[in-house]
Parts: sequence; structure tokens; C-alpha cells
Amino acid sequence: MTELMEDTIQHISNFSRFNQEAMVNPWIESLRKAAIERFEQVGFPSRTDEAWRQTNIDPIAKSTFHLPGEVSPADAQSLFDQFTFGNDAVCELVFINGRFSPELSKQDELPKGVRLANLADKILAECTAVQEHLGQFAKIEENPFVALNTGFINEGAFLHIPRGKTVDRPIHLLFLSIPGEEKTISHPRVLVIADDNAEATVVESYIGSTGTYFTNAVTEIIAGKDSRIDHCKLQQESLEAYHVATMQVQLDRAAVFVSHSANIGSKLTRNDLNVVLNGEFADATLNGVVLANGTQHIDNHTLLDHAAPNCPSHELYKHVLNGKSTGVFRGKIFVRQIAQKTDSKQTSKCLLLTDDATMLSQPALEIYADDVKCTHGSTTGPVDDDMVFYLRSRGVGLEASRHLLTYAFAADVTRRIKVEPVRRRLENYMAAQHGLPQDLRITDLGSHDDSARNM
Amino acid sequence: MALLEIKNLHAGIKDREILKGVDLTINAGEVHAIMGKNGSGKSTLANVVMGRETYEVTSGSITFKGLDVLDMDPEERAREGVFLAFQYPVEIPGVSTDYFLKAAVNASRKHKGLPDLNAAEFIKLIKEKMALLKMDPSFMRRAINEGFSGGEKKRNEIFQMAVCDPTLCLMDETDSGLDIDALRTVAGGANALRGPDRAILLVTHYQRLLDYIVPDFVHVMMDGRIVKTGNKDLALELEERGYDWIGKEVAAAI
Repeated sequence: MTELMEDTIQHISNFSRFNQEAMVNPWIESLRKAAIERFEQVGFPSRTDEAWRQTNIDPIAKSTFHLPGEVSPADAQSLFDQFTFGNDAVCELVFINGRFSPELSKQDELPKGVRLANLADKILAECTAVQEHLGQFAKIEENPFVALNTGFINEGAFLHIPRGKTVDRPIHLLFLSIPGEEKTISHPRVLVIADDNAEATVVESYIGSTGTYFTNAVTEIIAGKDSRIDHCKLQQESLEAYHVATMQVQLDRAAVFVSHSANIGSKLTRNDLNVVLNGEFADATLNGVVLANGTQHIDNHTLLDHAAPNCPSHELYKHVLNGKSTGVFRGKIFVRQIAQKTDSKQTSKCLLLTDDATMLSQPALEIYADDVKCTHGSTTGPVDDDMVFYLRSRGVGLEASRHLLTYAFAADVTRRIKVEPVRRRLENYMAAQHGLPQDLRITDLGSHDDSARNM
Repeated sequence: MALLEIKNLHAGIKDREILKGVDLTINAGEVHAIMGKNGSGKSTLANVVMGRETYEVTSGSITFKGLDVLDMDPEERAREGVFLAFQYPVEIPGVSTDYFLKAAVNASRKHKGLPDLNAAEFIKLIKEKMALLKMDPSFMRRAINEGFSGGEKKRNEIFQMAVCDPTLCLMDETDSGLDIDALRTVAGGANALRGPDRAILLVTHYQRLLDYIVPDFVHVMMDGRIVKTGNKDLALELEERGYDWIGKEVAAAI
């Protein structure tokens, strides 16, 4: 217990300094203060906590991290050049070590009425939409990392799409990490509010090429009636970095939410993706792909909370584990008593490329309604021998067959990604990993697999 | 020289011997049918010729165009011109038929010292063979066999066989699960491949397919051996009388 206290102290002392410098506004200050007090009280989760049993966060808890200073945009230029969407994005907010970079950002082309800004923008503190939603969905009581992030709420993205508006090209939030002399910590925060019948595509990219640092992100998405949010997350942090993120999504009546989450970087990753289907006919699709190698540990916890009747949800997560990597998937489907006619399907599949890779997959159904359809399936294994033989029998070599099948296994998720720059990046990354030519024509296949829809 | 020569072939899985001394010679230009009850070893034979590693060959030999096939990987056999149309083709989500076929065709071409087919040449080849098998072009963009009906899968096998242009076509129970129209189409595709330089080995349970692909030789397989060989009339006789009389004949001979 004393040790646990030690772990939290550095963050509390970071907080004292931070709170003096960051923007001054009474309600945000009290939000932060309550959060940091909560964090101080509970500390980091331990492995005796059910939700953290399979992921040892000691490397994070026992490291000393500093709040980052200013980084000149010039130092981030080359990483930015690799990951910017350019004209594929209608807007792009760029953050360097968690701090907004107006120089690299592009903010000019949004439809009238749509608002996208850095959360630290002082005007936002007065905005009722922000006051009503920020910190109201991702609960500090639920997760110590959310409490820690909330304690440091400052910079990040605020997106508001008013009623009936559609943003047709993706909005890109690009979080770049540039290592300095000290290990740094950043607490990116994203708040997306889609009013009734609004529509947008939001991409969060968390990118770093080298260095040890810790990204502790929280995203809240509130989707109004009949709205539609397509969300993509690309986590390609440095292989020495830590990445912990919570995404909390609230869906009103007939809102459609599609999430694609790709995790390929970071030494230790933990994602919590919680979706509350809070209005009738709300529809959630959660697809994920994990490509891990070396000693990477990538943990995805998802929760589909069916809190209203007649809601469908679909989930497909695919893991490709190489080297001595570990994948964790815990997919919970929670069906409340009121949520009759829930139709939920969850599939988790893992390809183990070595004997040393480990997959821990745990579906969890908790159902209190009596007229529902919930299914889940989980498979883990090496590349299928029958498939390899089929390809070889047509003249494709053994290694090439294995690479092609591994690629195809993951491409089953990536091909569903509608955001072209993300899909292309992932597929080219996978092709490079497997010595296959880039831009393979094996992507835009019609799906006959109803486990997750092509949306 | 025979195209395919199998001598005293013994093979099985783990401790169970399935093929117990198969002898078979196939010359270029011939169509052979192997018939037999379930479990007689006829599918195993086709798979062993293709090189499926599930089966261990314990003795005997297989030569194809004079090459010792047992020394070759399945892909090497394929590139030399052996093709197996599977009884149960696997579904391969995420790999489109056209991507895969192009990889297959070019692997064989490379082996023969030929340049890759360019996109236009490949499309021309594909279109021609699709017309032969009466296939919808959209099917090339679909993942291999994913969501296909049994008939579509079999048709896809024969289509691929036509594209790969093999010297030895092994067809494993291609007729099972086909309705009569599909059977005619598939047989038409196989017949189009008949020629003086090529041989076909049909493995089948029923005589029906042989009405459409008329064989030069019919072999009966029983308990891992070829126990009787005749012409197409033997197939008709089997259809009429079943297999038991052959069993008795074999027993009497011993």
C-alpha cells in the first residue's frame, strides 16, 4: 500500500504545478480537483482488480513521468509529414506531446456551425455544451486512469456537430509524441458532441517513433438521436511507450456508432471502449485489429451496455500475435432488463504466429432481459493448415501462403475501414511486415461474414 | 514415358495405413476414373499425389513426368503441372480469387522461366475461363469460396483448374453436391481441358459424372488397393450391381 502511495505522489505533485499554470475557470478547476483527489485516494489499479488482472501496469506506475514542455513544430515535422492526412481530412488538429500545435493544424474548412477547437481554448470554458458534457460520461470512479486524465484536463479536441449537419470528410486528431530528455506524460482529452441527425467521421491517431513516454487519453462521444459517428483510432506509439486510453460513448435513440480500432505500436497498451446504447434502435459496431510483435502487450476491454430495447451491436476483434507478444481481449455485453430484443454478436479471433505468443480472450455476457439474441465466439490458433495447403496446391509457396493468410486474416477488419488514409496505412504496414507488395488488390471485398457488417 | 506412375504406394495417418499398395499408370491424353466406397482410400490417393502433409508415405513411389514427386513440396508439384480440385474447398476470407489466382499463375510461370502476366493478359485469361464455366465476373472480387454454395465452390475449383492449365488434373468428388445444371457446366469445363498432352484422374463415388466426362479407364478401389480395372462399362456395372460382387471376386481370387 505504501508503495502504491509512492506511485501516485509524482502525479499529485505534477498536478500542483500544472493547476497553477493551466487555464483558470472555476468549474474546470473543481472538475480537475475532484478527479485528482479521486486518483490520490485509489491510486493505480492493481492486478487484484478484476478489470486489471491480465495487464500488469507496474511499468507505468513505477516510472517517473514529467509533464512535457514546449516542443518546436520543426522537431515534429518529419513525424507529422508521415502521418498527416493532408487533403484527405477536412480538418486536422495536431498535438505534440499533448500540447496543441496551431502551426501544424488545419482548421479552416468546416461546414458552417460545426465547431472544432482545442479544449484549452478559454472561450470553451464558458460554453454550455462543454460544461454539460465534459467529464460526465467517462466517470472518474470507474477507472483510475480516467481520474488521472481528468485531473489534468486541459488540451485536446472539442468537436460539436449541430443538428442535421454532415461533415463529409474525416476530422483528424493527430497526437504526436516527440521524446525529450525526460520521460513525459500527456493526458489528451477529446469531447465529441453530435446533435440529432448530425454525422461525422473522427479519426484519432496516436503516433510516436522512439522514446519512452506515457499517453493517457480519454475520449467522450455523445451521439444524439439519428446521428452517426464513424470513429477510427490508430495507435502506433513508440515501441518503448505506454498507452492507456478510455473511450466512452453514449448513444441516443437510433444513433449509429462505428468504431475501428487499430493497435500496432506501444510496449504496453490498455484500451477501454465503453458504449452505452441508451436509446431504442441505437446501433453499435466495434471492430478492432491488433498486430503485435516482440514483447508488446496489448489489452482491449470493450463494453456494450444495452440500456434500451431493440438495439443491435456487432463486434469483431482480430489479433495477430508474433514473437513473445501478448494480446488481451475482454468483451462484455451487458443487457439490462429493459433492453428487450437486443441483438448482439461478438467475435474475437487470434492468429498466433509463434509458440511464445499468448492470447487471453474472455467474452462476458451479463443478461437481465429475457427476449434477446446474444452470441459470442472466440478462436485462437496458428495459421490454418488446410488453407495453407489449398494455396500451396495452386503453386503459391509455403512462406508466401502463410504471409498471405496472415495478411488476409487482419485485412478482414481493415477492409471495413472507410477512412482511406487509415485503411491504406494499415494495409501497407501489414504488407511490409509480411514481405508482400504494397497496395494489394485483396481489400475491397464484399463481406459474406455477418459477424460484423461492412459499414 | 507415362505421365504419372504410382508404384506400390503405402500411405496413412499416424499408425493407420490407408493406401496399401496402389499401382497406377496414367499416360498423357487419358482420362481415368477411380471409384470406390467411402473410406476405400480414393480421396487419400488424390491428396497424397498433391502432397498433403497430413498423410505420411511409408513406401512406394510416385513419379510425374519422370520426376520423383515424393521429394517435392505441394507448390513445386503444382508448378510442374499437378492440380487438385478439392472435394471440400476451404473458404479463405480476405483473399480475393483474382489476387490469389494471379499469384498462383505467376508462380508457375516464374518456375517455367516465363515473365509474369500483366494485368491485361491476366484479365483476358480470366474472362475466357469464366465464360467457359458460366461464372459471374463479380465473383473474382469475392474472397476465395467465402459464402459460396457447395456448387459454386466446385465450379470455382474447375475454373481455377482451367486458369492454371495443369498437365495432370486430379478431381476429387467434384460431382458431389452438384445439381444437374451445375454438373453439366463443370463437366463441360473439365472436358474442355481434355487433350493429348493432359490427363485427368477423377475420383468419384457415383457413375453419374462419368456420363458427362467419359473415362478411358475405370478403376475400383477397395481397402487401399486398386482391385479391378476396366473401361467405362465397368462404371455402369457398378452403378447397377454395387460394389459387393467385386469384393467377392477379390476374395475368391485370394
